[in-house]
Amino acid sequence: MDAIGTFLRLIWELAVYLVVVLPDMLPIILGLATPLALGALCGVIGERSGVVNIGIEGIMLIAAFFAYLTGFALHNVIGSGPSLVLGIAVAILVGALLGLVHAWLTVSVRADQIIAGTMMNIAAFGVTGYLNRLIITPSGLGGAGVIAPFHLPTALANLPFVGPILVMFFNQGPIAMSVVFIVIGLQIALFRTKWGLRTRAVGEHPKAADTVGIDVYRQRYQNVIFGCALAGLAGAFLTLESTGSFQNGMTGGRGFIALAAMIFGRYTPIGAFGGALLFGTATALGVVVNVRIPEGDLGTILKSIPSFWYAALPYLMTIVILAGVVGRSTPPAADGVPYVKEGKG
Amino acid sequence: MSRLGAVARQIWQVASIPLLAIVLAFVVAAVVIVVSSVFTPTGFEPLLPIAAYGNLLAGAFGSGTAIANTLVAAAPLILGGLAVGLGFKAGLFNIGVAGQFLVGAFAAAVVGAKLAETPAAVGVVLATVAGALGGAAFGFIPGFLKARTGAHEVVTTIMLNNAAVLLLTWAVNDLVRAPGFTFPRTGPIGNSALPILLGRNLHLGIPLAVLMVLAVRWLLDRTTIGFEIRTVGQNPNAARYAGIRPVFITALTMTLSGLLAGLAGTIQMLGVIGFYAPGITASVGFDSIAVALLGRSNPIGILFAAILFGAFRAGAPLMQIETSVPVEVIDIIQALVILFLAADLIVRRLFRIRAPKAEIVELKTVTQSWAGGAASGSPPS
Repeated sequence: MDAIGTFLRLIWELAVYLVVVLPDMLPIILGLATPLALGALCGVIGERSGVVNIGIEGIMLIAAFFAYLTGFALHNVIGSGPSLVLGIAVAILVGALLGLVHAWLTVSVRADQIIAGTMMNIAAFGVTGYLNRLIITPSGLGGAGVIAPFHLPTALANLPFVGPILVMFFNQGPIAMSVVFIVIGLQIALFRTKWGLRTRAVGEHPKAADTVGIDVYRQRYQNVIFGCALAGLAGAFLTLESTGSFQNGMTGGRGFIALAAMIFGRYTPIGAFGGALLFGTATALGVVVNVRIPEGDLGTILKSIPSFWYAALPYLMTIVILAGVVGRSTPPAADGVPYVKEGKG
Repeated sequence: MSRLGAVARQIWQVASIPLLAIVLAFVVAAVVIVVSSVFTPTGFEPLLPIAAYGNLLAGAFGSGTAIANTLVAAAPLILGGLAVGLGFKAGLFNIGVAGQFLVGAFAAAVVGAKLAETPAAVGVVLATVAGALGGAAFGFIPGFLKARTGAHEVVTTIMLNNAAVLLLTWAVNDLVRAPGFTFPRTGPIGNSALPILLGRNLHLGIPLAVLMVLAVRWLLDRTTIGFEIRTVGQNPNAARYAGIRPVFITALTMTLSGLLAGLAGTIQMLGVIGFYAPGITASVGFDSIAVALLGRSNPIGILFAAILFGAFRAGAPLMQIETSVPVEVIDIIQALVILFLAADLIVRRLFRIRAPKAEIVELKTVTQSWAGGAASGSPPS
């Protein structure tokens, strides 16, 4: 009985603790969720049209590198501000170009979609590692820094209840801030516009869509390229808004966590964003626990958990969530199936 | 004579597209090397690829030591390639070789250090078994999850790779750190080291890896389990009607695949590295995928593909030292090889050949299980 009582008390203390530290966590959650959300949106748009992309991780990494490289090469020439803006543009463009490659492989050549994604991930590892060793490391120079985050006026930030929420969404850099709008925009576009209807038609029943005159290939190309541009933006966020530097393999599995967020969110933009926020919260908890340790037994327990376990938390959570929800999350019917137009065998 | 010709023709039928894919990958990588040379202090060097590839070849086959290094590098790739290839046969994509490799290496290092003083026969055997079982256990997790819940192994194995790196670092720091060293690592393995058979570094793991090629071939071609694995890989629904339980086969295949990957980590640990420390790299993970695809998930094909990639890995350092071309060019070549295998249309058009399609049919099952679930090992809902 005593053991159960202690356990219940600890659970209660944990709940109270979470509420207490929530304001501390809120400002960093959105930042941690941003690359996951953008990656998940890339997945949603692609798979809604019937194209599986497990190469999001690689596209993010390559875009992150070229965004950094742009700032690195130009900040002494055109100043750090303009070079950062140009870096973001380059990342989006690189993402879109890689999207074109993936679309060509999966839609036109009808290569296996999982293998095409794997190829992208290995290529990303090689290309960024190669150019990093060839250009950036020997120079010993730094990049263009990071985009300064926006800061709310203190009066607004100190408002009770509303303040922390405002801080969460507005004390951010431009990419993190734009994510909310991109999510809402895509949710409306996917379910309320002609583009959205065509996307879903092509992903659910391409033959029917073809019959009524929708160009299946063209729609899939569009979606994959647009989605991968968003993955490119996620890459720019990592190097130009979050860290200001580039390390080999710095995406650290985010492209795959994004896929889990997509499945968790049942292939909708808003749901995927919710999934990304959940993973962001798990990561934020690991950060906050080390800074603000609760008192009493709970503190002893939380402190006794090694930091490596907190670092592994998002990965372990991905596995648990995937195992829990995947059966209830239905992918589009024609997901992963190349379309062969009749008479083109 | 005509019989010899027939055999040669048969080999060319199977090997032409993989071989031409490699040639094409080297040509494209050469373009990358030339273009990127513009950004180096030495400037534009149109002949750099020839120098780079020359040194790569010299580093891989140029001397007795070089050939030995190639074989040592190939051994874990043979086992890793078999791990991925066996997964493919059952319609599963094990991207978790890197994690299973690390867990196997860790288990072998810990048990090996514990038995460092015992007679070699005991230490070597028990440490090897520990490593294989460690990898098998780590492979069982995604296999079980796929079988029970349908959670796709492509995501779960990658997540387990990342988790393994972190949790093993923690384990070395807090659980099994050997005293007397300035950095966290496991103790010396002493007598548990794999015996050196020849020269300076040709260890027992190399024949063991070749033996496993034959074992996997036997398993797939000559046993009931092998037949069931192949049936599930080609058509899970048909397998279910035939009374084969895809759920069981899925979990079993991932476990066996993990065992092979764990064995790769084991022979690398007991034959080459000697102790576990955070940061030991496992490029074996990606390499194994390329090896399995290049070998068309056929054990004998994998053997040759592994020796080829072992040669790249063994020769690359000399190339980087002599010509400043980064070793990562090997990863680029690897990606290109996979690209040209996946889009073998390019190879056919370019070389005007008429070989049977180079695709691995079971890959369809992998992709279908991502999307549908109906074709996967998951129970019908």
